[in-house]
Amino acid sequence: MIRFDRVGKRYDNGHDALREVSFEIAPEELVFLTGHSGAGKSTLLRLIMLMERPSRGRVTVNGRDLGEMPRRGVPRHRQSIGVVFQNHKLLMDRSVFDNVALPLQVLGYDDRDMDRRVHAALDKVGLLDRAHDMPLGLSGGEQQRVGIARAVVGRPKILLADEPTGNLDPELSADIMKLFVDFARVGVTVLIASHDLALISRLRHRILTLREGRLLEAGMDGGN
Amino acid sequence: MAAADGRRAQRQARPQRVRPIERWRSWRRHHRQSAADSLARVLQQPTASLLTWMVIGVALALPSGLWVALDNAGRVGKTLDKPATLTLFLSDATDEAAARAQAASLSERGDVRSVIFRTREAALQEFAADSGMDDLLEGLAENPLPHLLIVEARDDSAALLGQLEFELAALPTVDEVIVDALWLRRLDALMSLARSAVTFLAALLIAAVVLIVGNTIRLTIEGRRDEVLISKLVGASDAFVRRPILYTGLWYGFGGGACAALLVACGTFILRGPVAALAATYDSRFELTGLSLVDSLQLALFGAGLGLLGAWLAAARHLRDIEPD
Repeated sequence: MIRFDRVGKRYDNGHDALREVSFEIAPEELVFLTGHSGAGKSTLLRLIMLMERPSRGRVTVNGRDLGEMPRRGVPRHRQSIGVVFQNHKLLMDRSVFDNVALPLQVLGYDDRDMDRRVHAALDKVGLLDRAHDMPLGLSGGEQQRVGIARAVVGRPKILLADEPTGNLDPELSADIMKLFVDFARVGVTVLIASHDLALISRLRHRILTLREGRLLEAGMDGGN
Repeated sequence: MAAADGRRAQRQARPQRVRPIERWRSWRRHHRQSAADSLARVLQQPTASLLTWMVIGVALALPSGLWVALDNAGRVGKTLDKPATLTLFLSDATDEAAARAQAASLSERGDVRSVIFRTREAALQEFAADSGMDDLLEGLAENPLPHLLIVEARDDSAALLGQLEFELAALPTVDEVIVDALWLRRLDALMSLARSAVTFLAALLIAAVVLIVGNTIRLTIEGRRDEVLISKLVGASDAFVRRPILYTGLWYGFGGGACAALLVACGTFILRGPVAALAATYDSRFELTGLSLVDSLQLALFGAGLGLLGAWLAAARHLRDIEPD
């Protein structure tokens, strides 16, 4: 589903964020990506999102070589990927419902379907009763769950998460991770960048470790 | 069971599976939403929006008002429009019979519509009656006026009048030719000069409006940066993020155009009385005509078009810069 072939990313200032990174993630697999901050986790996710292009090598997502994707193909590509950000990236002047509905608006759903889907997504993350609240009134964990609802509401094939438990206490973090595991069970390919090694090693899924831009090891595969 | 449900939902709901008719509906829906949403945002900041509207309104009212003034001046010219005539002063040596013969031969010409012969006696009486100096005239030993031929040309084109003036002045019986339509021609020339000046001014002010809207929209885009960014992250196309921005420009322009129409209407209202009073001193019933309702609507729509153009330019320039990073 996601495949990196000897991918390198060098920034204009000469810093090599990724070097010779190769791996493959099968459909419906859940994989953790770990490493210290600055090891290249975010860069790797950004390459998949086409927020950046690699300097070397090839990134293939869902059978498509991203290097050959023109600029106008980028929106369609992003529509097929759900992303959860560490800092939530919610629109603070819109209700929880409107935030979650944004991807569906982009996809062009009608009001009835949108209503149904948004409520289903919010139900999944346990925030059904907060649909009409503003994000500022929510706790950090709740805001993160709104972000997750927004990422999955369009039923993407691929779900990426960048430090989804970054600012949460261990109990909440475990809850959030359990959500991702659930999504992987229902057929979504999930890639989670996290430095919370204690938490992710408990979950017994494959772990990719980055150090200074290089992939260290393909960790154990706990299977589904 | 849950897993099976999930898988089925997953298969049913690929983003690419949205049917064309549904895409068309959602496109229209997003247009409606963008229009309503951007109007609401414009109205949420009444002071700032009012200022923008007023600036655009003044910029558009100036050329519009001048057009109205020119239009009215043109109508004044038309009501005064008389057939183009040349007055021929015959030489002293020409007696009445010769003058009549000359009149007859001139009226045969194809480029002359009519010829009126006015004897020197008739001319003197008319002058006496007009000026009220009967006593003075009685004291005159002889009539100082010549016989007159008033020649009406076939049309009032400058070329024909010039040619007639040249040819008739060359006649041996004719002392002097005065072209009465000269002032009309001057008025025409003056009007076309004014029209060109107003057109130039209008072009400058229209450019100013586009720039004003462009700059306001640049700030709008800056203010909606997060929204643009997040929309792009979830796969919004350029057109999708541009749409509400374009509508914002449209509303600014429409409001500005409406403001301009209102300002012109105010000006017309204020000037109508004084103009009528002035016309009355000339025994005229001339009335100042402002913008009609249709004209006003067109002005507002024209403003909307300019707003759209300004927003488009700003969006093309600045939206591309906002890329997730």
